[in-house]
Amino acid sequence: MNPLLEARGLNLRFGAVDALLDVSLDLYPGEVVGIVGESGSGKSSLLKVLAGMQGADGGCVTYTDAVGTDHDVLNISDAARRRLMRSEWGFVHQNARDALRMNVSAGGNVGERLMAAGARHFGKIREEAAHWLGRVEIDASRMDDLPRTFSGGMQQRLQIARTLVTRPRLVFMDEPTGGLDVSVQAKLLDLIRSLVADLGLAVLLVTHDIAAARLLSHRIVVMRHGRIVEEGLTDRVLDDPQHPYTQLLVSSVLAA
Amino acid sequence: MIVLRTNGLGKSFTLHLQGSVTIPVLENVELSVRAGECIALTGPSGAGKSTLMRCLYGNYGAEAGSIHLRHRDAEIEMTAADPRMMREIRRDTLGYVSQFLRVIPRVATRDIVAEPLIARGTPRDAALARATELLRRLNLPDALHDLPPATFSGGEQQRVNLARGFAAGHPIMLLDEPTASLDAANAEVVIQLIQEAKAAGSALVGIFHDLPVRDRVADRLFTVEPIRKAA
Amino acid sequence: MNIPVNPVAEQLAGYNFAYLDEATKRMIRRAILKAVAVPGHQVPFGAREMPLPYGWGTGGIQVTASILGPRDVLKVIDQGADDTTNAVSIRRFFGRVAGVRTTDRTREATIVQTRHRIPETALREGQVLVYQVPMPEPLFRLEPRVSETTRLHALGDYGLMQVRLYEDIVKHGEVATAYNHPVMVNARYLMSPSPIPSFDNPKMHMNPALQLFGAGREKRIYAVPPYTAVQSLDFEDHPFRPIRAPHACALCNSTESYLDEVITDDQGGRMFVCSDTDYCAERRGE
Repeated sequence: MNPLLEARGLNLRFGAVDALLDVSLDLYPGEVVGIVGESGSGKSSLLKVLAGMQGADGGCVTYTDAVGTDHDVLNISDAARRRLMRSEWGFVHQNARDALRMNVSAGGNVGERLMAAGARHFGKIREEAAHWLGRVEIDASRMDDLPRTFSGGMQQRLQIARTLVTRPRLVFMDEPTGGLDVSVQAKLLDLIRSLVADLGLAVLLVTHDIAAARLLSHRIVVMRHGRIVEEGLTDRVLDDPQHPYTQLLVSSVLAA
Repeated sequence: MIVLRTNGLGKSFTLHLQGSVTIPVLENVELSVRAGECIALTGPSGAGKSTLMRCLYGNYGAEAGSIHLRHRDAEIEMTAADPRMMREIRRDTLGYVSQFLRVIPRVATRDIVAEPLIARGTPRDAALARATELLRRLNLPDALHDLPPATFSGGEQQRVNLARGFAAGHPIMLLDEPTASLDAANAEVVIQLIQEAKAAGSALVGIFHDLPVRDRVADRLFTVEPIRKAA
Repeated sequence: MNIPVNPVAEQLAGYNFAYLDEATKRMIRRAILKAVAVPGHQVPFGAREMPLPYGWGTGGIQVTASILGPRDVLKVIDQGADDTTNAVSIRRFFGRVAGVRTTDRTREATIVQTRHRIPETALREGQVLVYQVPMPEPLFRLEPRVSETTRLHALGDYGLMQVRLYEDIVKHGEVATAYNHPVMVNARYLMSPSPIPSFDNPKMHMNPALQLFGAGREKRIYAVPPYTAVQSLDFEDHPFRPIRAPHACALCNSTESYLDEVITDDQGGRMFVCSDTDYCAERRGE
């Protein structure tokens, strides 16, 4: 099997700071990779570069689409990147408000990606939107309500429905449970876990929450100062961390 | 046929946060297990039996030596296997049977138990039927099969995890105190399950604190020697 | 430049023909040519200050001024009527600064400048319809960033507009845009038809006349060349329907024209009459 996404030798500098230093990463279909590290470790920069939202000073990123065509993500045209973003990719932001249209109903938010992809049958769009709202456990009776009347956890679930409605192959998640109450986080993680497994999604998950990474990812990449300092099978990295920084990271969370 | 073998396996832990002190746990472990055989690990508490089990499962990274495992008619050297290969091995070949596996939240008990079988390609209906059979044998009331185990008693959750561990019938199974704290009736069921697995050709490696149980299932003992700690 | 003597009216002394200087007109004509070449695409232009306030048709007037020739016959309508203040003022303006002949008759005009209507009488080849446009950007209100709307047009990414129609149906049971209903031009660019009633939208499709749109405050020109496909946005199961009051004109009895509702007293009395005064008058044989 060939990787879906292949990054080689990524470098990125912000002034005197190395955001990424010789980072390489492969992601295979159906694989969930957690990128962990503290703020400033470069994990968010890595996600943005891999998603083509941010350039790099060196290296390359190749995405192989559903029909087997390779895309040079770092040199992709805006048009091609947007096409990927609304068909093969999804992006789940930490803050749902960054992704949702707050003055558009929940159903409209979910339907937007379908309409952007050319859907023009109102009834079918609604049916599909209702289906996805159901999958993220939002009651169908809330379909025509504005997201601003939703709780934070609901907004995040709405964002996930909006992302998954076009059945992407690869989903980028940037701290998807950050900023939510702990009880809400747990429920959301369960939901993400079951959706990802059911749909066979490949996911790049950026998080500083080790428990979230353990629950969701098959494989973990630990970043520090722009470098990957350790990577491997999730339970191996977390239960038998090798690098001093990983040991620090793991020891600083309560047993999950 | 030998399906699992270690060669000079060594493991120590370097605690970087505590002055980089290195704690050696395993040294030069030479273990080999045949299909249809059950080996019980023995040795004093703290000798590294659990660490060895975890190394065999890939949960701990081996530091020296190698682990050879028969996977899909080929021998794989596990310490060099990448994470994707490890996931494949765990799905198809190598099972970990414990009472203390993490419960997956919000999934019905029957589905939790059937999941490893489905992952190995068993049709859903057959997998669910097998799950029901195992849960009944472990005396979990039918009324609970469709509920998530999160609200179950500790004992019930343990039996769910045992059912899940035995469900897939992996060719190689690691048994981590499978009968600890079970009542006699359920311990008896687990003993039967182990004997059935052996009869089906699975190779088993286990830690059994319950000596009568150990003596009934184990074909051989393998002693894990404590390392004389270096300064 | 040697401008032929106008056969009808005398041009006001001290002003260039049609008010704007020739260099400005040339600049605007270049923008128009580009707009015609890329149907539905908004072309920026250096809009001048005109002797009337924004919102009164500064964009339309500059377009008209730039394409006007001495032999043109100009008609100006405001919501279909030739006799409202805006229409009368603009007509008189061009009568004075260009000395061109003006008319109320759609079929006599070579250029029709309009605010918010398309005449009922079918236009023909060679005629030009100049729309006054307050807000050229159809994605305005949906996407506040101009840089982003520009990008959405470049990529033909119009899901957002469809979302607005979706929301209309959710809220009102149907697409509620009675006017300014967005259209796709030549299956490529999303375009605001200016605030014409949706009743008029179908008239834009494959029209033999050249349709030019001028937005003075927003400094944009766009165009629909003759015989260009113009499709109103809709859903398969909620097809676009032009809206018309279900009455006959109280004056000419037309059941096909777009009607204005006129309140006749304070007792709730009202009548429906053609919005297009010329069409109505012609039917009545005036």
